[in-house]
Amino acid sequence: MKKLALSDEILLSIEKPARYIGNEVNMVRKDTASVDIRFGMCFPDVYEIGMSHLGMQILYDMFNRREDIYCERIFSPWTDLDKIMREKKIPLFALESQDPIKEFDFIGITLQYEMCYTNILQILDLGQIPLHASERQESDPIIIGGGPCAYNPEPLAEFFDMFYIGEGETVYFELMDRYKENKKKGGSRREFLEMAAEIEGIYVPSFYDVFYQEDGTIKSMTPNNPHAKTTVTKQLVVHMDDATYIEKPVVPFIKATQDRVVLEIQRGCIRGCRFCQAGNVYRPMREHSLEYLKDYAYKLLKNTGHEEISLSSLSSSDYSELEGIVNFLIDEFKGKGVNVSLPSLRIDAFSLDVMSKVQDIRKSSLTFAPEAGSQRLRDVINKGLTEEIILKGASEAFQGGWNRVKLYFMLGLPTETVEDMEGIAELSEKVAEVYYEIPKDQRNGKVQVIASSSFFVPKPFTPFQWARMSTKDEFLQKAYLVKDKFRTMLNQKSLKYNYHEADLTVLEGVLARGDRKISALIEEVYKNGALYDSWSEHFKNDVWMKAFETCGLDPDFYTIRERSLDEIFPWDFINAGVSKEFLKREWQNAIGEKVTPNCRMQCIGCGAMSFKGGVCYENQN
Amino acid sequence: MKIRIKFTKQGPVKFIGHLDVMRYFQKAMRRADVDIKYSEGFSPHQVMSFAAPLGVGLTSNGEYMDIEVHSMTDCDTLMKQLNDVMAEGICVTECHLLNDNAKNAMSLVAAADYTVTFREGKEPEDIKGFFEGLLKFKDQDHILIVKKSKKGEREVDLKNYIYQLSVSDNKIFMKISAGSADNLKPELVMEAYDQWRGEASPEFAYCIQREEVYGNTGDEANPVLVPLGLIGESVE
Repeated sequence: MKKLALSDEILLSIEKPARYIGNEVNMVRKDTASVDIRFGMCFPDVYEIGMSHLGMQILYDMFNRREDIYCERIFSPWTDLDKIMREKKIPLFALESQDPIKEFDFIGITLQYEMCYTNILQILDLGQIPLHASERQESDPIIIGGGPCAYNPEPLAEFFDMFYIGEGETVYFELMDRYKENKKKGGSRREFLEMAAEIEGIYVPSFYDVFYQEDGTIKSMTPNNPHAKTTVTKQLVVHMDDATYIEKPVVPFIKATQDRVVLEIQRGCIRGCRFCQAGNVYRPMREHSLEYLKDYAYKLLKNTGHEEISLSSLSSSDYSELEGIVNFLIDEFKGKGVNVSLPSLRIDAFSLDVMSKVQDIRKSSLTFAPEAGSQRLRDVINKGLTEEIILKGASEAFQGGWNRVKLYFMLGLPTETVEDMEGIAELSEKVAEVYYEIPKDQRNGKVQVIASSSFFVPKPFTPFQWARMSTKDEFLQKAYLVKDKFRTMLNQKSLKYNYHEADLTVLEGVLARGDRKISALIEEVYKNGALYDSWSEHFKNDVWMKAFETCGLDPDFYTIRERSLDEIFPWDFINAGVSKEFLKREWQNAIGEKVTPNCRMQCIGCGAMSFKGGVCYENQN
Repeated sequence: MKIRIKFTKQGPVKFIGHLDVMRYFQKAMRRADVDIKYSEGFSPHQVMSFAAPLGVGLTSNGEYMDIEVHSMTDCDTLMKQLNDVMAEGICVTECHLLNDNAKNAMSLVAAADYTVTFREGKEPEDIKGFFEGLLKFKDQDHILIVKKSKKGEREVDLKNYIYQLSVSDNKIFMKISAGSADNLKPELVMEAYDQWRGEASPEFAYCIQREEVYGNTGDEANPVLVPLGLIGESVE
């Protein structure tokens, strides 16, 4: 049995030692001496969160299919172990081999949300790897970032040797082959970076210079190395069934946040909600075939022994074989002690019927995401859910026995008025009223309507990338206004309203649309103790605020500034499929309260058709 | 059909807590295609119960669990099916078909064997003196320890719960009371010795391993301790 990186004394004095010992069922074991490339796949958050991430599992499986690569997992040590590792100078290790990550060839870090950025520096720091790409030596690992936040990699530019823009299944093997080739001929780190820069989808930040205007906006961003491309095009899997999926996911000993088999039914979304980054950057929508999913459902349940299976996608109701896959899962597995958990589906007769089969109606709740309180504002954000649909769905559900409804909203959306905000309370009230229309003897007790609002953050590659974000005070005033409105509702005792934290949202806004100057800010807050910012108990807003001053940066520049239509954005060098022209058109449609049809109704020329697949070619066989 | 399974817990998996071991075996049953019985109700769960929870950090050669199955080929096949899907360090070593009216393992537990060794670098300087003292400690008429609980401090006599305490090859062996009535933790015996000799061992000095768990087939006055794997077995 392999020796662990941490001693028994340490493991017995920290919370959940099982986070650090590896050895789980389906963990890949390889002889480290007989592989050419050691790849550390890192999710910069705690084990239970990272192990729930589908993309990391897909890539772990994909890399390890190659005999010459050993892909291992790396997670952030929790704060208790972090302290011990610093005191005792224990280098950060990967779970599989328990070897220090500084010995690896690559560390791939997935960027799933902005507030994990300080944890990236923790990984490098504890890993005893220089924080700045420019300070790394020949023997240091190549640090590569990917995932949704890589669509604006600039705030992290200083810390990464390269970024992979797009879906991981496409050019990673080519990158690995170039690496081996370069190593074989004794090439340098820089030579490898140059080879990598020529691969589609790979962005090497040090090969670009950014010039600024006097007002702080970007004047130009130009390659300073002949191998670097002017535009980096995102990579995607054109035919989903051609891509390999996971066959034997690692089964954690401790309960991960996502403790179930997850079947990815499709990628991308046809809906075109104007606030949604995923809905834009993962275009075009591409489906897996029913047969492919059935095959993997069997394999995954057999190989993991999980007691639950779930579907993953941005909008499951749009999957053309939804009834087929849901009925298959219920018929095939329900009787075998496997729970079928359904993602949020559009509420209609079909979904209510299947939900009543797989859930205990008394305990479960229905979820709607109107996102905005009025039809006007829902038109602005292009959310095709109408009040009529919500009330009809709620009515059918109440008649079926449900009595709990959750409603999700956003505050601070562009063009928002007092009426739109009050609409959140009014819509919640209407849902409750629908319940009380049912004769008393047929009701199942009281109804509970829980409305939650998050604060809107404009994201790159969305029509709202030009939008002004609200300030913290504005956000809170909006939330108070909604709360007061709830107090005036007739059925207020059946209604509940929650809102998110505002401090964190402002920072998310800075990081989401940040430029290269933000690297210094991230480093400054990290050095002053910021870590696990996405965990409210660890988030230190004062450290961030002080760092803005120290670094001479103004958060308002990134959040509340009005951006002109011809401004050059830090992420403009990326071709994410959706063109800037399309986004501009959509931004203007939003202001004009004009609804845009979804991809199945009509092609609106977003630009993603250039990838030659998915919904764009659905009816053209 | 009721089945009793004996398994080991060695190496890194000693850091997995009892609840997670239960979850682990529920998944293992499904991976191994064991035709296990599920309870009735809206969220059915496997009919499975464990004899005695093992503390985090302890290793074991003698863990027991009971399951009920609808069908199976034979005990050897079941053992192989399970061992094909185990994580390193967990190994099924015995499988017994029980009488239908057999009591479950948890209710049978009366005693357990443990061995205690020193973690590397944490041995006492005078190891011989340490062991000699331990034997003197054991031979007292009363083995008293002050137990701290929420209700305050109280003195307990461990004498009646320590059935055997011996030393060989620099290894301490103890057979002590276990189960729902009078559960004695091996750590407490070592703590009592530390209290008695007036000297504390360094933190994490002891490596404790459970070796076997027993039921009592005699009565309270004349106990007959038999390993759980040999109680209630059905003779085919």
